[in-house]
Amino acid sequence: MMEKMIFGRFIPGDSLVHRMDPRAKILFVFLFIAIVFVANNAIGYAILLGFTLLVVFLSKIRLYFLINGLKPVFILLVFTFFLHLFFTREGDLLLSIWVIDIYEEGLRQGIFISTRFLVLVFITSILTLTTSPISITDGIEILLGPFKKIKLPVHELALMMSISLRFIPTLMDETGKILKAQMARGSDIGSGPMKERVKAVVPLLIPLFVSAFKRAEDLATAMEVRGYRGGEGRTRYRQLNWRIADTLSLVLLAGLTAILWYFRT
Amino acid sequence: MNSGILSFENVTFTYNAEDEKVRPAVANVSFSIQQGEWIALVGHNGSGKSTIAKLMNGLLFPGEGNVKVMGQAMTEETLWEIRSQMGMVFQNPDNQFVGATVQDDVAFALENNGVPHEIMVERVHEALSQVKMEDYKDHEPHHLSGGQKQRVAIAGALAMRPKLLILDEATSMLDPQGRTEVIETIRRLRESTGLTVISITHDLEEAALAERIIVMNQGRKHVEGSPTDVFKRGNELTEMGLDLPFAMRMTHLLQEAGVNLQEEHMTDDELVDELWKFYSKA
Repeated sequence: MMEKMIFGRFIPGDSLVHRMDPRAKILFVFLFIAIVFVANNAIGYAILLGFTLLVVFLSKIRLYFLINGLKPVFILLVFTFFLHLFFTREGDLLLSIWVIDIYEEGLRQGIFISTRFLVLVFITSILTLTTSPISITDGIEILLGPFKKIKLPVHELALMMSISLRFIPTLMDETGKILKAQMARGSDIGSGPMKERVKAVVPLLIPLFVSAFKRAEDLATAMEVRGYRGGEGRTRYRQLNWRIADTLSLVLLAGLTAILWYFRT
Repeated sequence: MNSGILSFENVTFTYNAEDEKVRPAVANVSFSIQQGEWIALVGHNGSGKSTIAKLMNGLLFPGEGNVKVMGQAMTEETLWEIRSQMGMVFQNPDNQFVGATVQDDVAFALENNGVPHEIMVERVHEALSQVKMEDYKDHEPHHLSGGQKQRVAIAGALAMRPKLLILDEATSMLDPQGRTEVIETIRRLRESTGLTVISITHDLEEAALAERIIVMNQGRKHVEGSPTDVFKRGNELTEMGLDLPFAMRMTHLLQEAGVNLQEEHMTDDELVDELWKFYSKA
């Protein structure tokens, strides 16, 4: 189950989208989220869907892989669709079976809203699939740079994010070890009623917390000894470079907005 | 007086200074280390050696006495400059890996000290080739073995081109292979750069490689000398909870069993050499 989930996962590759500057990609996604709401008719949504498929194509991530990985999200999508289908009561009555009435507007809304949802999920997944977490962190740190002026601890936030990402596999390993150790002592985690199962998690979490704090302390010492004094006067090893392709991607997005606006009713 | 690259002058430190009943963790310790030496600081748990490590890099300041690094006294003002000239590798390979990948981690100290990007790239490459980890520069820490992580940690320390490298129990959590990797790396580094190394350890086998050993016991300096001199005190060391190197224990057991061995042996090879000579004599 977890292996198939692609939400938040990074697939290394060498496509046009992979090579883009993370700052451009993050900006792109945020602007796109706003632009999606410009579309309000069939043509608009068709253009959005077409554009999204183009981005997927450029990222060289197989559509089948994407759809397969986002299965849990589709359940939500289908749910949204039916919610609109059943509860919107405008326009002509199309179908009436037993207590369910389906109206024209309901069908329209259902399709539009789920398309919007689909497009958003695809585009945001493409961002995380084609950008390593550490690049995303770098991008966010630089994009949020101006907020340092209002005393937002941007550097600290980015460092926290990158350290958390770095320790996820370490703590996962540790959880596995503790789980096995507790199982060897006769703890039964995977079965029984809900209440029992929740209780069984406690002896798993406590050792994990203790060790996480121990690690944090060691890490703090190691960082201090290596001269860490906060973001002031620090240089960056990883450099981002903004290329023409990055500017072009944003220009493309502006073009899309213009087209959507033209077809808007 | 030449205080060398690092010196302790009558240093005393107590964790809980108000409470008079508490025994100081480090009591009246003095020693000095010269440029280019390899020193081993050994002692059992609670002997004060970890406290000494913390005093060396300014995580703690002495209650009495002075700690001097490169002639400068360790104070709040000189702390950061001193730290930029000493590298330190700790016990747990996972808990000192800050960067997301090997090269990011090696660059961490350089970033902290505001080294410009072009120089950084050069130094990271140089440091990684010194520990033979260039091929792993894009690896993430969880894809590395313990020994490899420790080598990266050494590279991270070397990137600042320190005068002094302190290994604080750096091999104690490694498997035998990882331990050999790390010790080999240090040995090679010493040959090529003449780096001053202080290894803090409870493993006398590792300490035997050093030029000079300082034995700590109950917060005091118990004895200081060359490995041969120190190991002559066999039983004294065992009583302090230290394990003698295998070759030495073997020699002692053979002697007790009536085998007439001439000398003390610190390494397996020396012992084997005498044994086969012994056999051919007999």
